[in-house]
Amino acid sequence: MRAYIVKRIISALAIMWAVVTIVFFAMRLVPADPAQVVLGDYASAETLAAFRAEMGLDRPLLVQYFEFLRQLARGDLGRSMITSQPIGRQIWSLFPYTLNLAVFSTLIGSLIGIPLGVWAAIRKNTAVDYVSRIAALAGFSFPAFYLGVLLLMVFSVELGWFPVLHQVRTGSFGEHVQKLVLPALSLGLIQASYVTRLTRSSMLEALNEDWVRTAMAKGVKSRDIYFKHVLKNIMIPVITAIGVYMGTILGGAILTETVFNRPGLGKLLLGAIKQRDYNLIQSGLVVFASIVVFVNLLVDLTYSLFDPRVKYE
Amino acid sequence: MSKRPRGDAGDDRPAQAGAAGAKLQIARDIWLILKQDRTALIGFFVILGLILVAVFAPLLAPYDFSDQHILHAFEGPGKTFRLGTDEFGRDLLSRIIWGARPALIVGVFSVLLAVLIGVPIGLMAGYKLGWLDRITGWLVDIMLSFPSLLLGLMIVTLLGPGVYKVVIAIGISHIPQYIRLARGPTMACRNLDFVSASKGLGAGDLRIAFSHILPNIVGPIIIMGTLSIAGAIRMEASLSFLGLGVQPPTASWGNMIREGVENILQSRWMALFPGLALTFTVLAFNMVGDSLRDMFDPRAIIGRKGRRKLPRREK
Repeated sequence: MRAYIVKRIISALAIMWAVVTIVFFAMRLVPADPAQVVLGDYASAETLAAFRAEMGLDRPLLVQYFEFLRQLARGDLGRSMITSQPIGRQIWSLFPYTLNLAVFSTLIGSLIGIPLGVWAAIRKNTAVDYVSRIAALAGFSFPAFYLGVLLLMVFSVELGWFPVLHQVRTGSFGEHVQKLVLPALSLGLIQASYVTRLTRSSMLEALNEDWVRTAMAKGVKSRDIYFKHVLKNIMIPVITAIGVYMGTILGGAILTETVFNRPGLGKLLLGAIKQRDYNLIQSGLVVFASIVVFVNLLVDLTYSLFDPRVKYE
Repeated sequence: MSKRPRGDAGDDRPAQAGAAGAKLQIARDIWLILKQDRTALIGFFVILGLILVAVFAPLLAPYDFSDQHILHAFEGPGKTFRLGTDEFGRDLLSRIIWGARPALIVGVFSVLLAVLIGVPIGLMAGYKLGWLDRITGWLVDIMLSFPSLLLGLMIVTLLGPGVYKVVIAIGISHIPQYIRLARGPTMACRNLDFVSASKGLGAGDLRIAFSHILPNIVGPIIIMGTLSIAGAIRMEASLSFLGLGVQPPTASWGNMIREGVENILQSRWMALFPGLALTFTVLAFNMVGDSLRDMFDPRAIIGRKGRRKLPRREK
């Protein structure tokens, strides 16, 4: 078990290193000269040179690369090319917003999706099942950002229950909650459709197993079969899916934060891309990828909690 | 075995000719499936209609997508402008009709790109195994550690906006899925009798992989392809919504939704209608893909306990 964890962490680190390398060199492939982009077309040669020297852009590529790695290893994400603010602090201050969004959407998705999937599987080929399947298919097809737009139209513009702009001003608890509901719903409802479908199909598959028949023959209450035996058995694919979906939610956060004008990492990254702040884009991408790698690692390590048969070798 | 896995293009040609018969058979199978399944049939006809709309956009659209009727800005649905107008008084219906073009172009060509690159790599990795498989496996892991929208964003940042650059960006971000998809069944096939038989007859690696194994794994690829077109169309809309995809004044549903959100207090229709077009298009492709998947072996795509075999569909 310990050997597995160590191995898994090493492979996660290797992937992180590769991600950093790819992002770094990809950013150097951009045809534009960052100094020119930041300072504009009329900057003099001296200012350009001074900017390059300040940002370390005049040094050989490999030196820059190892400097970037060294910085990251110390937990330093560098400075923004445009505002020269430390990127780490900026990301750290916005991280809770995106984290809240991701966690609450995942909660909404799981709390709706798992019970609905179980219910649909138990009542296979009844109205419940059909409704859940149609809802799941519709949920697949609804782009989350468009669902966000519709929620905004109905609940903010028409009904006025929520603000149209979700910028967080006072930072009070109530305000945080009020401005989290619609964005989290728009991502969570879509996720619920994925979870419902997966839970349903895994559950149906498990219900066909011999041990379910045995349990029924023994006279185990069907509630116990469903919730104690079968549910435990399907948790692995479901948790994997929820974990993998975290990546989609993080990607979706860029869109959702844009729709609702909500602060967060996605909006920060998008702003960086539009302003061509290469340092910020680079560090932002690295942060996003590390979150995904970390979540996948967690998912892998939680398997054994749900299925004692999983013994890591 | 001494041949390099990525031979020159000339090696692939006889293989494609050999697979043509199998492709025809599959086309027939798909039609049979569609006929039996009402959901799939509806989806199929929606897609067909959409293709016609895209092709005949200039004839069908009442106005040009860039015609401005500034005095009629922000109008709701009415007689002159069926679905209303946007902030420049451009006809929403016409723009939605024209918007079918970038959606379909990006959807189809980006998936084609991903299949043409991903499937051969996955085939060779699954067939040869060894170092090639390890390296591709690692690359796939790296690519999948970016949420696909983010990967697309990164590539678009490098390439710049525009329809064909969006095709490349979305295509590349879909490649890892096809590598995985082709690799698994290839591994299952590689020790079967028909492979050993053709090996015994002296067939080379490329010939075995492309003319013998490929026809056997084409089913899941087609299903996944249909589903990824849905994903690709949604991703094009997402990138355009963020202002990084298809650029105005070209009409794209994603662009139109963004303009709609910016003007949400003036007009609800601007965001509502293009979003509906987008949703129904994605739904149609999903309906067809879903039914195809149910008909073929469902476990071919959703593994029981495998990691990440859930088809990734991004927003």
